[in-house]
Amino acid sequence: MAKSFTNQRMIINTVVAWGIGLLIFFPILWTILTSFKTEAQAINDPPLFLGFDWTLENYSIVQERSDYMRFLMNSVIIAGGSTLLGIVIAIPAAWSMAFVPSRRTKDILLWMLSTKMLPAVGVLYPIYLLFIKFGLLDTRLGLVIVMMLINLPIIVWMLYTYFREIPVEILEAARMDGASLREELIYVLTPMAIPGIASTVLLNFILAWNEAFWTLNLTAAKAAPLTAFIASYSSPEGLFYAKLSAASTMAIAPILILGWFSQKQLVRGLTFGAVK
Amino acid sequence: MQIKSSVAIAGMLAFATATSAFAETITVATVNNGDMIRMQGLTEEFTAKTGHKVEWVTLEENVLRQRVTQDVAAKGGQFDVMTIGMYETPIWAKQGWLLSLNDLPASYDIDDILPAMRGGLSLDGQLYAAPFYGESSMIMYRTDLMSKAGLEMPDAPTWDFVADAARKMTDKDNEIYGICLRGKAGWGENMAFLTATANSFGARWFDEDWKPQFDSPEWKTTLTFYLDLMTDAGPPGASTNGFNENLSLFQQGKCGMWIDATVAASFVTNPKDSTVADKVSFALAPDTGMGKRGNWLWAWALAIPAGTQKEAAAKEFIQWATSKDYLALVASKEGWANVPPGSRKSLYENPDYAKVPFAKMTLDSINSADPTNPTVKPVPYIGVQFVAIPEFAGIATQVGQEFSAALAGQQTADEALAKAQALTAEEMEAAGY
Amino acid sequence: MATQQSRSAARIMLAPAVILLLGWMLVPLTMTLYFSFKKYLPLRGGDLGWAGFDNYVRFVTSSAFWPSIQSTLIIVIGVLLITVVLGVLLAQLLDQPMWGQGIVRILVIAPFFVMPTVSALVWKNMFMDPVNGLLAHLWKFFGAQPVEWLSDAPLFSIIMIVSWQWLPFATLILLTAIQSLDSEQLEAAEMDGAPVLARFGYIVLPHLSRAIAIVILIQTIFLLSIFAEIFVTTGGAFGTRTLTYLIFQRVLESQNVGLGSAGGVYAIVLANIVAYFLMRIVGKNLDA
Repeated sequence: MAKSFTNQRMIINTVVAWGIGLLIFFPILWTILTSFKTEAQAINDPPLFLGFDWTLENYSIVQERSDYMRFLMNSVIIAGGSTLLGIVIAIPAAWSMAFVPSRRTKDILLWMLSTKMLPAVGVLYPIYLLFIKFGLLDTRLGLVIVMMLINLPIIVWMLYTYFREIPVEILEAARMDGASLREELIYVLTPMAIPGIASTVLLNFILAWNEAFWTLNLTAAKAAPLTAFIASYSSPEGLFYAKLSAASTMAIAPILILGWFSQKQLVRGLTFGAVK
Repeated sequence: MQIKSSVAIAGMLAFATATSAFAETITVATVNNGDMIRMQGLTEEFTAKTGHKVEWVTLEENVLRQRVTQDVAAKGGQFDVMTIGMYETPIWAKQGWLLSLNDLPASYDIDDILPAMRGGLSLDGQLYAAPFYGESSMIMYRTDLMSKAGLEMPDAPTWDFVADAARKMTDKDNEIYGICLRGKAGWGENMAFLTATANSFGARWFDEDWKPQFDSPEWKTTLTFYLDLMTDAGPPGASTNGFNENLSLFQQGKCGMWIDATVAASFVTNPKDSTVADKVSFALAPDTGMGKRGNWLWAWALAIPAGTQKEAAAKEFIQWATSKDYLALVASKEGWANVPPGSRKSLYENPDYAKVPFAKMTLDSINSADPTNPTVKPVPYIGVQFVAIPEFAGIATQVGQEFSAALAGQQTADEALAKAQALTAEEMEAAGY
Repeated sequence: MATQQSRSAARIMLAPAVILLLGWMLVPLTMTLYFSFKKYLPLRGGDLGWAGFDNYVRFVTSSAFWPSIQSTLIIVIGVLLITVVLGVLLAQLLDQPMWGQGIVRILVIAPFFVMPTVSALVWKNMFMDPVNGLLAHLWKFFGAQPVEWLSDAPLFSIIMIVSWQWLPFATLILLTAIQSLDSEQLEAAEMDGAPVLARFGYIVLPHLSRAIAIVILIQTIFLLSIFAEIFVTTGGAFGTRTLTYLIFQRVLESQNVGLGSAGGVYAIVLANIVAYFLMRIVGKNLDA
């Protein structure tokens, strides 16, 4: 009796959850499907779901026009570089906040977050002038620095909440055994915090990958990432749904695949200390 | 692998240096319009000819404008060649931001550039940007729908005829809309169309003392006419339709008439993209009998920002991309109908090009636009569908948003005009007029 | 417990992050402040001298200012409401036993991986287009007149697009919080015959308050500066001009750097006011 009740509930849960899940995912699915249609099929009335002639034409047109790999490499380097640099700077900071807290720790943390509220458009001109002065325009280095600064508060916060869950006794034991501070950080704390660090890396990689204001305004040809790639397909002349879909799919596919494969790691540490 | 690729690069470098003593890599910023995409596809021809390599920054029009303006104003020096328009050229040239192109060699034949284009891209007799393609605006209409409505389009129709025809062609149940016009807010979108149209109704942006004129009866007639027409015979969602959206609608056979850039003619008559390619004809933009037609004048042109380190290579590029040879090159690959139009006299004297159905109407439209004398009454400014002052882009985009909101039914024509008048006066005062 | 030595070590370890962020805040801020007191028009030759408080006065007295504050708040609050409410419900649902839980979770979080520009483009063209959009086809299928989303319901449309992007984030954080809930407590309540709503209201929601506070804080930070979604869809027309977008128009479209910088200063002030209140709410929940 009880078992059939649970089964019934399982079925309802499953149906409802799958329905909602597919609904939420549908725009992405539709984009991917459309990318394999011809332009004429893309605007067919009524819309075609699966019964169309699959073609790779759009992808070859897009690739012919813009060298996808170059944009992809820039995205990877900028998102990856800024995240790693941010982690290196944030680990000591988060350590000190988590294990040697002072009265001001909370204020510092909240202040760090408030720097993220600086409106990017408002400071574009100053940053642009600084970039010219230091020769950073259209360089990956420049964007790595900016993206790192933008995401640093989030990185520090995530690591801090994660570190706080690590018992301080373990670090103290290591210190008793004569480990230096550097060794304590690298060989004791970091390995223990791997899940937290992994999810921090993933989240910030995603955020940096999708950032479209600075990456577009501070690059031209050499350092332009996928956000610039998509800006050349946003409204071409004439029918463009299929080409737009192909370009969109190319721009989001890498991060979508990465996200799916690593969603367990991403979710595990994505608590911001919300769980207590 | 790494060794291999670096050997390959070294080889390429050696090859490049062999072809030209000063092989450089230049960065060209351009719009993602069809003709520019084609130019991008032909880059290898340029590299083969000169040895210079080209790195393209191809962006959507609004993003491109913002990027190049920001860069040239802050002297960022990210681009060696920029694609700019007739609006930017004189303003930037006046700031000394552009290099003069008057010293191009005789073989370039600078006098072959259509006078209307050359005039619009020059300041004090110096050419500052070379036209890649030039355009005016005209009516593109469906011959089948026109005869179905029992009408015949004259070569030079009036607005009354166009409005009447649009209403008769409309068949909303079958998704046929009599007329597609721009409604998307932006100085280069709905305001280009509305300013040019206003000229034909005798309206103007400013009087001789730079006082905004949106409170004039002429503007009210223009806007009311436009709103009524679009409500009766326009497509749904017209207030978010720009050039591209309308082009797509027309190609799908959903528009009876479309008044827009002459360059669109080659897209709507191209059977590869257009479902109505064989049913399209052309006419001059309408008038109201006041002596001015509602057509504009525009050129997308290539310019060199002052301060580039690669002036020579940049000039070679502009010479190549805007030359007679380039037109012939495109014609040999894609046919004459697909060459970038509206830039050179010799193109229109070419008998092969004369066979293209829209060639004559394009030239007539270009020739009938007069930037120095755009409307019925005298004006203190230059420009048909724009006013060549730095503040215009910002003001017109905001005015365009008011008109777009009126088209969406969120406010009346009077409210939109009153707001337009107020904000224009405010901005002009801030600019010190 | 911490020794003097570890305190000074802690300060040194904290220093790089603090100094970098301080620089990132102060340098542009100082330059923005400087420009905001200048008549700085790049297209008219650049620096045209000091302007006093002209830019500040002009920015707030412009007819576009208050509507822009209003649309900023509508968008931020609208998205927060939708993502938090739906996020709580969705998290509850995903916490239930079902087949294929992992796959459902993947489907639900997918929108978070889509860059804002792409999602705005896809929604605008392929869904909300009144002629070729999928929603228009759906409406026609049921015999209704297709909605002109971006002009008839512009703020709602933008809120929908942005909510779609942020719902996964809210759901994930709330889901982790729900999973940490002591299931014995819930079962005990169930035994006592407490109805579903009461169990939800008295046990689940209070447990989630901390997670909700964090979702609100993080999302507000990102929502205050949304740009691509508006740039791509309406370009600021139909009352969708937020404060960020207004500043963009002043600085980049009108090329009035002085005026735009004054707007930037206002935006910083506004952000800090919001931040202050948020921090007070969230700070209580953050036992640092």
